[in-house]
Order: sequence, then C-alpha cells, then structure tokens
Amino acid sequence: MLNYLKPTIVLFALLTLLTGVVYPLLVTALAQGLFPIQANGSLLKGAEDQLIGSEIIGQHFSDPKYFWGRPSATSPYPYNAAASSGSNLGPTNPLLINAVKTRIDELKKADPVNHLKIPIDLVTSSASGLDPQISVAAAEYQIHRVANVRHLSEKQLRHLVHEHTEGRQWHLFGEARVNVLKLNLALDAFKFQSWSK
Amino acid sequence: MTEQGLLQVTLYLAILLLLVRPLGGYMARVYLNAPPAGPSRWLTGIERGIYRLSSIDPDQEMCWPQYALAVLLFNLLGIVAVFVLERWQAILPLNPQGMAAIGVDSALNTAVSFATNTNWQGYGGETTLSYLTQMLGLTVQNFLSAASGMAVLVALIRGFSRHNAETIGNFWVDMTRSVLYILLPLSLVFAVILAGQGVLQNYAPYQTVTTVEAQNQAARQQTIAMGPVASQLAIKQLGTNGGGFFNVNSSHPFENPTPLSNFLEMLAILLIPAALCYSFGVMIGDTRQGWLILATMAAIFIPLVLLTVAAEQAGNPLLANPDVDQAASLTQAGGNMEGKETRFGIVNSALWAVVTTAASNGSVNAMHDSFTPLGGLAPMALMQLGEVVFGGVGSGLYGMIVFALVAVFIAGLMIGRTPEYLGKKIEAFEMKMAALVILIPPLLVLGGTALAVMLDVGKTSIFNPGAHGFSEVLYAFSSAGNNNGSAFAGLNANVPFYNLSLAIAMLIARYGLMVPVLAIAGSLAAKKSVPVGAGTLPTHTPLFGMLLLVVVVMVGALTFVPALALGPIVEHLQMIGLH
Repeated sequence: MLNYLKPTIVLFALLTLLTGVVYPLLVTALAQGLFPIQANGSLLKGAEDQLIGSEIIGQHFSDPKYFWGRPSATSPYPYNAAASSGSNLGPTNPLLINAVKTRIDELKKADPVNHLKIPIDLVTSSASGLDPQISVAAAEYQIHRVANVRHLSEKQLRHLVHEHTEGRQWHLFGEARVNVLKLNLALDAFKFQSWSK
Repeated sequence: MTEQGLLQVTLYLAILLLLVRPLGGYMARVYLNAPPAGPSRWLTGIERGIYRLSSIDPDQEMCWPQYALAVLLFNLLGIVAVFVLERWQAILPLNPQGMAAIGVDSALNTAVSFATNTNWQGYGGETTLSYLTQMLGLTVQNFLSAASGMAVLVALIRGFSRHNAETIGNFWVDMTRSVLYILLPLSLVFAVILAGQGVLQNYAPYQTVTTVEAQNQAARQQTIAMGPVASQLAIKQLGTNGGGFFNVNSSHPFENPTPLSNFLEMLAILLIPAALCYSFGVMIGDTRQGWLILATMAAIFIPLVLLTVAAEQAGNPLLANPDVDQAASLTQAGGNMEGKETRFGIVNSALWAVVTTAASNGSVNAMHDSFTPLGGLAPMALMQLGEVVFGGVGSGLYGMIVFALVAVFIAGLMIGRTPEYLGKKIEAFEMKMAALVILIPPLLVLGGTALAVMLDVGKTSIFNPGAHGFSEVLYAFSSAGNNNGSAFAGLNANVPFYNLSLAIAMLIARYGLMVPVLAIAGSLAAKKSVPVGAGTLPTHTPLFGMLLLVVVVMVGALTFVPALALGPIVEHLQMIGLH
C-alpha cells in the first residue's frame, strides 16, 4: 500500500496542475484573445461610457412605457444577477396558480382594453430568473400598451419589435425570441429620434 | 410535438450517431496503446514525463484488488483536496468576492459529490464559491472523476478481451491517458467555442451596472456575477459531471447563452458515453456487440424523450385561463413555461432533461421541480434504471455490461446451460458481484427516501406541498444513489441531514459499484475463452437486445413503481382531476 502512495500523490498533483491551472489559463487566453466581449459578459455601455447592463442578462421592467420581461424568482428582488434562481414551484402548487393569476391581473390593469390572449411565458417565471428574452408573441401582446403610453403608432412599434426579433438560430435551433433590454434601449432612443426630427 | 421540434430532436440524434464511430474508434486506439495520430505526439512527451515524475512504470500492470486500491486512494485524495479548498477559500487567492469558508457538512457533500462524478449542487455557485475553488477544486474533479469511470470501464473490457491473465491494466496509466488524450483536447476546443457563444471566461470581480429602470428599492443597479465559466462548463458536460458554475446551472445565460450552445452542450453530454459503446466493440474485437448495446440504450431513451416533450408541451391544465395562451405557435413555444427559458422553449428543455438523466450528467437548463408530473417522471425513472441508458462516462457502460451478464444468466436459466458472454463463462462469483451492482442503488434510493420522509429533519426541507413534496425527496435520493446530480431544486438540501445522507449515498453508489465491477473484471480475465458452440446465445442480435431491454426495464419497474405511484403518478391524477 505504501508503494501506492507516492504515485497517487504525485500523479494527482500533476494532473491537478494540468487540468486546474494550465487548462483554465489556456482557455482564458484563447477566449480573451478571440472573443473578448463575450468572455467578459457581453456588457453594454451607455452614452457616457458607463456600464448599463449585459446583452444576455435580463433586467427588471415594471413601468408601462417599457416592454416587460419574464417574471423572475430571484431573491431578495427580481433579476438579481449575483444570485440566480428559479421559483421551483411545482405544477400543482397553489402558490404557482395564484402567482400566475396576479401577473395576469397586473398585465390587464396596465392595459385594460387589450383583448389579445396573454402568452404563457409572460406570466410564468424563467428558470434562471435572468432570462433576457421573451417570446415574439409576448412582445406583440405588449405593443398596444407601450404604444398608448408613449403616443407612438402600433405600426411603428411593430416594426421595432420585428427588427429586434431573433429567429431560430441558423433557422433551426431553439425558439424565436425578442431581447427585452435591447428592445427597450431602442425604444428610448427611438423616442429621442422622433423628437429630434 | 411540433414539426420543428421533431426536426431538432432528430437532428440531435443523427449528429450524435455520426460522431460515435470516429470518437469511439479514437478512444479504443488510446486504450489499446496504439500510437495516436499526428498532433498528439507531444502529448506523448507529457505522458512520459508524468510517469517519470510519479515513479510509475506504465508496463507494470495491476491485479484487480490492486487496481481497486489505486482507484480508491486516488479518489480519496480528490475528496480531501476539494474539502480543504472549500474550508480555506477565504484566505486563498482568486476570491474577489470574499467568499467565506464553506460549512463542514456542505463542504463534505460537495467534495464527495464532485469526486464521485455526481456533481449534486447543494450550494449556489455564484454566492458561495471562490474562483479558486471552482477552478482548482471542482474543474479538476470534473476531469478526474470522469477519467476514473473510464478507467474502470477499460479494466472491465480487458476482463473480456484477455484470457488466463492475472492483471487488468494499470489504473494510473488508464487515468492519465483518459485525461490527456481524450478529455483535455475535447474540453479545450469545446470551451473556446462556448466562449464564442457568450459563456464567461474571466477572473474579474462581479460587475455593477446602471440599469434602465430601478431594480431594487429605487436603486438603478444590478450586480452581475463573473468568473472562469467556460473552462469548467466544457468538462462538466463532456465528463457527465453536471455541477454548474452558477446556482441555476445551464439555464443561466452565462452558462448557456444561445440555442446553439444548448445544442452543443446536449451533444457533449451523450458524446463520450455513446462513443464508448463503439470503443467497447473495437476492444473486444466485435463491434456488433457495441452497436447492440447502443441500440438498446436508444430504444429506452427515445420513447422517454417523446413522453417528456409531450407532457411539457401539453402545458399545465391548472393554469388554463381564457385570457392566457398556452398553445405552441410560430411566435411562442407555449406549454409549461414555468421554470424554462425563452430561448430553449419546450422541446429543448424537455430533451435536455431526458439527456441529462439518461447520462449521469445532472446539469439542467430548466427547473425540473416545475415540470409537469409526467415530465418529471421520465428523468426520475431514467436515474432509477441505474444510470445505464448511456449513463456516466465509463460507469454507464460498465453498468449496462453488468445488466448484460444478468440477461445472459436469465437466458441460461431458461435453456439450462452455463451462461456465456463474449466468450467467458458467467459463474456464481460474477453473478454475486452483478447482484451487488444492481441492488445497491435501489437500496440507497428507497432506503434514503424512506428515512427522510420518516424524520422531521427530512420533511422540513420539503418545499412544494403534497405528492410533489414526496417527489422532491425521491428525486434527491434517486439522483445521489445513482450519481446523477440533478435535483428537484425546491428541496432545501443544504442542511446537515441531507448533506450527510446524500454524501453517504453518493459514496456507496460510486465505490460500492466500482469494486464489484473490478472484481468481475479480475475474475473474467483469469478465465480461458470458450469457443462459440451450438448452445451459445448470440449477444449481438435484436433478440438479445430485446432481452437486455426487458431486464433493465423490469428490474427498474419492479423496484420503483410503488414509489413513483406515491409521487408523480398521484400528482398527475390530482392535476387532471382538479382541473
């Protein structure tokens, strides 16, 4: 048994060096060299060069003038990007059923005359609590409200949503979706544009 | 299933199948000690250097107890290393967020979890672990636990391919070669591709950004977690490990940013377990045997994919409301979207759930706790079958080979002849060891679940009420008792009772199976090969595939149907009944 100790310990140390130091540093060098923006979090900068968010991390929106994202179950507040979490509510849990009802009521209160059906992703919380996107249907549902609040035409907004719709990747993988933060940033810029004209 | 969904599932299976032969053939060459081609020549230099420094003679082989001792010592060292890193991380470097030392029970649970290739996450990565612990502790164990499984598989295969032999190989050589020639190169390429899709790879402190709208108590601020994610993520999927960098694992946009990254991660999960079936065929000199096992795995896998997608796509009848649209269309995925990400929708979340539990991977891209009852039943059942439908790298196939021994034994009983598999007589000793391999996991799962639901400390951690709460506990022990690692994450498992009981389950499920498998390997290697005779049951035919499938499913069903009836099945009836 003793003659097994030295090979075990030395081999463990060498493989640790290889897979725990050399390998991650090599990946870091390659990733930082080839994809510096993505490897650092796809961060977005504002007009004064300040960081305003990550392209792929959702933010909380509750003002009717913005498109809203998926409900988020992170604690202690929604879209806490330092502590991701889903709701983990089971399908028959009364808490889930009530939460969905409350979200339906909020959406209806913000836009009482909208008669479109609410897409399910807009009233169910995401897995990560940081979902940056909503379905195309969920964006279309909110066009009426945002157009009203901002005094824009629905046609203009439909165009903007369309511009911000990502189809299935390579027309094949995943689902079509709309990035909420980028759409809202464009919305604020859009308003600015129409004033300046 | 929508046409688009069917297309994505079919494409996944087709690409996986296409990769089986090239990778499987390559891995067989690595283990058969045939010089690997071109660019890996300087890896040979590193390999020789490692042996020289560690005083390992690569030509000196081990008999099975020696091999088992080497495995156990090496893995014990891994547990100790992770434990020490977690306990001391507060005073070690690469800790920009100032993470405190992990509590004893949680540190032990995580150390055992990563050494046993379970990678159960009792902790939330971005809120508890330093970059050093993730990189030098968890990433390393992702490699070494995967390589341990592959080494034991190769030792078992040598049991069939050798005759009148005393030894079954050298563990340190099998370990080194698995890491150096297979896991490291694949991970390096995969990690860089993932970084290109948006996975993080940095050592920066968490970034604070000024948000568009107030996030919290009127503060327009969001703190965004950072870290060396891609390097850990690549091996987490390739080595069927599954422990995430972040709390929500591969549903986190930084761990799985795009549908393409999702597709590649799913591919990586089943890649090595599927390809090893072909390596097995090459190494025993009959590739038909490997294909037969792969086909049997697929025959269990595919129906469960269809069941899970259908259950999730059907949505939750309790959320049916005239104002809400749950139907799939061109503009939305529809279905049960609670705990799922928009970019993956229903099909890719359901497919992932089946892939990750068929393999003993256990990473998630959606919250299994929020799946419909039947959608959650399929992942649970796949773990309970013993992680042999693809299973862990190495461990899945050695588990399936043990089931094949049971299948030939049953066939032998029916025709009254001594059973044979791959030219070796299967006798009392092999069957005793096989019985251990097959019976230990159910004992851990059912015993652990029973204990937890009898004790108050077990019940207070339950999150969801009713039958679903029981499912949470059953899922946890199914996961730990089969080294999977996924969870119904509502269960608050980061408490001493679950940290310790699940750690014990993981330890026994891993090493309590590895040792009997090595014993089978040693016993078979010592036997002579018997030539194929008129009474030999051919084991490469669809008939044997069917027998093997029935044995796997029957053993699983007989053991677990009563427990499943109390959890997901009752909940399903309640769900449609309440509606």
